[in-house]
Amino acid sequence: MGKREIFPLKQETDIVLIRQRVRQAAEAAKLGLVSQTKIVTAASEIARNALIYGGGGECMIEDTVRNGRNAVHLVITDQGKGIADIAKAMVDGYTSGNGLGLGLSGAKRLVDEFIIESDLGKGTRVELWKWR
Amino acid sequence: MPASAIAELLQTHENELLQEWTIAQRAAGIRADLIDEDTVIANSRELLKLLTVAAAAGIDDFESVQWSPIKGMLERLSRSQSRQGFTPSDTATFIFSLKEPLFSRIQQYSDDAAKDIWQINQLLDKLGLYTVECFMTGREAIIREQQESMLELSTPVVELWKGILAIPLIGSLDSNRTQIVMEALLEKIVQTESDIAIIDITGVPTVDTMVAQHLLKTVTAAKLMGAKCIISGIRPQIAATIVHLGVELGDVITKASLADAFQMALKELNVRLVTSATR
Ligand SMILES: Nc1ncnc2c1ncn2[C@@H]1O[C@H](COP(=O)(O)OP(=O)(O)OP(=O)(O)O)[C@@H](O)[C@H]1O
Ligand SMILES: [Mg+2]
Repeated sequence: MGKREIFPLKQETDIVLIRQRVRQAAEAAKLGLVSQTKIVTAASEIARNALIYGGGGECMIEDTVRNGRNAVHLVITDQGKGIADIAKAMVDGYTSGNGLGLGLSGAKRLVDEFIIESDLGKGTRVELWKWR
Repeated sequence: MPASAIAELLQTHENELLQEWTIAQRAAGIRADLIDEDTVIANSRELLKLLTVAAAAGIDDFESVQWSPIKGMLERLSRSQSRQGFTPSDTATFIFSLKEPLFSRIQQYSDDAAKDIWQINQLLDKLGLYTVECFMTGREAIIREQQESMLELSTPVVELWKGILAIPLIGSLDSNRTQIVMEALLEKIVQTESDIAIIDITGVPTVDTMVAQHLLKTVTAAKLMGAKCIISGIRPQIAATIVHLGVELGDVITKASLADAFQMALKELNVRLVTSATR
């Protein structure tokens, strides 16, 4: 409990590792199987966005306590071009590339708390929480 | 002692240095199981020669050009030793063992031994650390190669029945691997003129939008080639996640298990299996 680690996010294989570590943190926080899978999938989405659109960054993974409940806390950051219109990016089906456009909106539905901040030209920061 | 004097010292005492250095390496615990005496001597001699040449041009700046031959040699050595199973400290010990013999020569011939030893000490530390750095880079390259060879290992498309293919996906799907696997399936559909392909994802831990997109694309491509796809092995937690993500599988046929999917495929092809009444 209370473990906090930071992982680099520079290439595809880093996403595989991040998924594994998020899964371990979710197990340590004793989340149920469905919740584990949800937070792992959300992490995968946000990490891939940071890599593809943000040119890479890093991922902080922490298992902690939130309002008396065991929780997994993730912060994924990049120093890329940022998102001009977050509201638009969050719309189901919106993609500037050739994705399904469901990564951001889907990730938000998969977690208990979702915070996104983006500065044009500076980068993007996404915080994800999933608790027991 | 100017750098040129140090170079001269290295050159005049080459043979004794070499001998004492190899003894020091042995004393520090050489991996006799991994490297033979001749190679040790050859490596040591080469490094000593390169060191002499580089020192002649100045030892203050490790980044300057005269040090690139020595860096090149250390790089090759570290990489090959990392493949052979040496530890980073084995390789660094090779450099550090030169300290004692070299220091005692400087002690003997220098007017300001303390200063010269300090300078050479720093230099050898840099060389030692450089081998460790190269060692790590070598390891990372190995890991990357292994990851890539895994990609090729894990794409078995099997023919379950005439006209029915199955591809059991196992492990994490990144975009490279998914691409390879899906192309292999489509190729096999053409090659075997199959009517039905079963994609089993029981062994896939996460289905995110990228994996889902690859699956959907494959199903569509197969359809264009006249084959029907069945996706099997969607576990409950994966199903719940797909729904929340918002991915719509549309008219894709899904079955709980590979066995169910196979049964359905046989039915589609009008194959009926009957248990023999007499044994
Ligand atoms: N870290 C980021 N930096 C810059 N732009 C981003 C970032 N993350 C998302 N975006 C923008 O937001 C859009 C929507 O992202 P979202 O993840 O929802 O869809 P997608 O990545 O295009 O497709 P999918 O995730 O479904 O495969 C992206 O197409 C991109 O333009
Ligand atoms: Mg995305």
